Amino acid sequence: MTELSYEAVEAEKALHPPVSPPGSAGRSGRLKSWLMAPAVISLLLWMIVPLGMTIYFSFIRYNLLNPTNSGFAFFENYIFLAGDPSFWPAIINTLLFIGSVLVISIVFGVLFAVLYDQEFFGKNVAMLLVIAPFFVMPTVSALVWKNMIMHPVYGLISLVCQKPGLPAIDWFAQYPLFSVIVIVSWEWIPFSFLILVTAIKSLDREQREAAAIDGAGPIAQFFYIVVPHLGRAMAVVVMIETIFLLSVFAEIYTTTGGGPGNATTTLAYLVYALGLQQFDAGIASAGGILAVILANIVSIFLVRMLARNLQTAN
Amino acid sequence: MNKELTKKWVITLVGWVIAITFFFPIFWMAITAFKTEKGAYSPDLIFWPTLESFADVFARSNYFQYARNSILISFGSTILCFILAVPAAYKIAFFPTKRTQSTLLWMLSTKMMPSVGVLIPIYILWQYLGLLDTIPGLIIIFTLINLPIAVWMSYTYFCEVPQGILEAARIDGADVWKELWYLLRPMTMPGLASTALLLIIFSWNEAFWSINLSNANAQPLTMFIASYSSPEGLFWAKLSAASFLAVAPIMVLGWLTQKQLVRGLTFGAVK
Repeated sequence: MTELSYEAVEAEKALHPPVSPPGSAGRSGRLKSWLMAPAVISLLLWMIVPLGMTIYFSFIRYNLLNPTNSGFAFFENYIFLAGDPSFWPAIINTLLFIGSVLVISIVFGVLFAVLYDQEFFGKNVAMLLVIAPFFVMPTVSALVWKNMIMHPVYGLISLVCQKPGLPAIDWFAQYPLFSVIVIVSWEWIPFSFLILVTAIKSLDREQREAAAIDGAGPIAQFFYIVVPHLGRAMAVVVMIETIFLLSVFAEIYTTTGGGPGNATTTLAYLVYALGLQQFDAGIASAGGILAVILANIVSIFLVRMLARNLQTAN
Repeated sequence: MNKELTKKWVITLVGWVIAITFFFPIFWMAITAFKTEKGAYSPDLIFWPTLESFADVFARSNYFQYARNSILISFGSTILCFILAVPAAYKIAFFPTKRTQSTLLWMLSTKMMPSVGVLIPIYILWQYLGLLDTIPGLIIIFTLINLPIAVWMSYTYFCEVPQGILEAARIDGADVWKELWYLLRPMTMPGLASTALLLIIFSWNEAFWSINLSNANAQPLTMFIASYSSPEGLFWAKLSAASFLAVAPIMVLGWLTQKQLVRGLTFGAVK
């Protein structure tokens, strides 16, 4: 079209009006909605069908091994679940587990982010090493930690402790929940670190320098400038990790199997045990609904935040 | 020696101590993989490396079937994800209407449903549909879990394409598919490739669904490793060798895509 004169281009435009610029609800915009249909329909099915079934199952008597036990159960499943001896421990374990992993990953994430925000020799390689645990599959990290690091006799911790004569600790027998928390924290600190180290880059250097001139020491700078700046990123880490941590399962399945007793039974593990080990789909579904409600409380805030971001991006 | 340089050396030291501590379990696993089963219980760093354990892993059970399942599931779900996600992202990025933004937001929000909330119905449905313990069954699940990430990432890469080029193509009469294939594919290739790597990593490491929905036929490597948790005996060298094989390739991919990880998992909440 390089040879065409101005008039010719204008005439061409009149014949084929240019497509509507983004942001305007043009005709072509509505016409291409079918492109979105496959993704929307599959996600809609994924959202509605299983979730609807979970809600339905949670209100009926449904045992996978005993089809004669059927009928509408009202809130029986929920009442039964609340009366299950491992229910309240599971709720407490879930809260303790998620809370601890969140605190640990935020504290270490912030400290590491501040450290790795400085320039030092071989920084990029060192960062790769810190991030690495996030890419290890959960079953591998669980078994490597359980057998090779925390084993009461041959584990590395025991070998180190034996040198000065400290007593060997059987981590998974004496502190089972703590051990699981350690493993899962090791997997999720890299995630928190990666997000916070990205966020800290946008910190205004001049602001820190001004604070330093006004006499703020490194600790004051950390609490009054760095931490507030990272507030938003920390909130994002908390919300995303909470949603993933609610479904942590493989680490418990391969290390403790929910025990000893019910010391490491979380809500996710309880749902698995009730549904796929005891085959009571009704009660397990009631537990599943509880997990969905917990996740929704968090995701309301997250979705609101994302909505605001999408709006400002346009 | 000036103060700045001393400070830099101190930070270097602290930074590396942390990095090595964090990486140590992985390093230890990698080292143990090259030891004999007897040598695995001693903490020696100096030893004669052997491939014995790898040979044992290959000989024992059907390692290659697990590896094949993992490859089929992660690549299959990634391809399916792209087929569904790219047209949707294209529409949202280039033909936005009043509703597209909220549709995008809704798609992202489906990622926030905890898997455990739908475990029971999916298990029963999959049994009913004959998808339990099959590779297609796991591919479908992983596609649906990763779809919001795929849509979001493709969308952000499409948004980086200058509008003028597309309009020029449209004036020249390019239709949707030509535009996607001849213009957007080459222009967004680096971004989409790293998105694909990220999806492969997530599917490869996914353990919740693969443990619960696979039994004998469709078990991926996550399950193969989990089989070492049985109390019948500890085989550290073999466990390490199997883990090393399952983790090493994915870790390299992970290091290549670490920048995209933030983009893909935070949905733009952190820039």
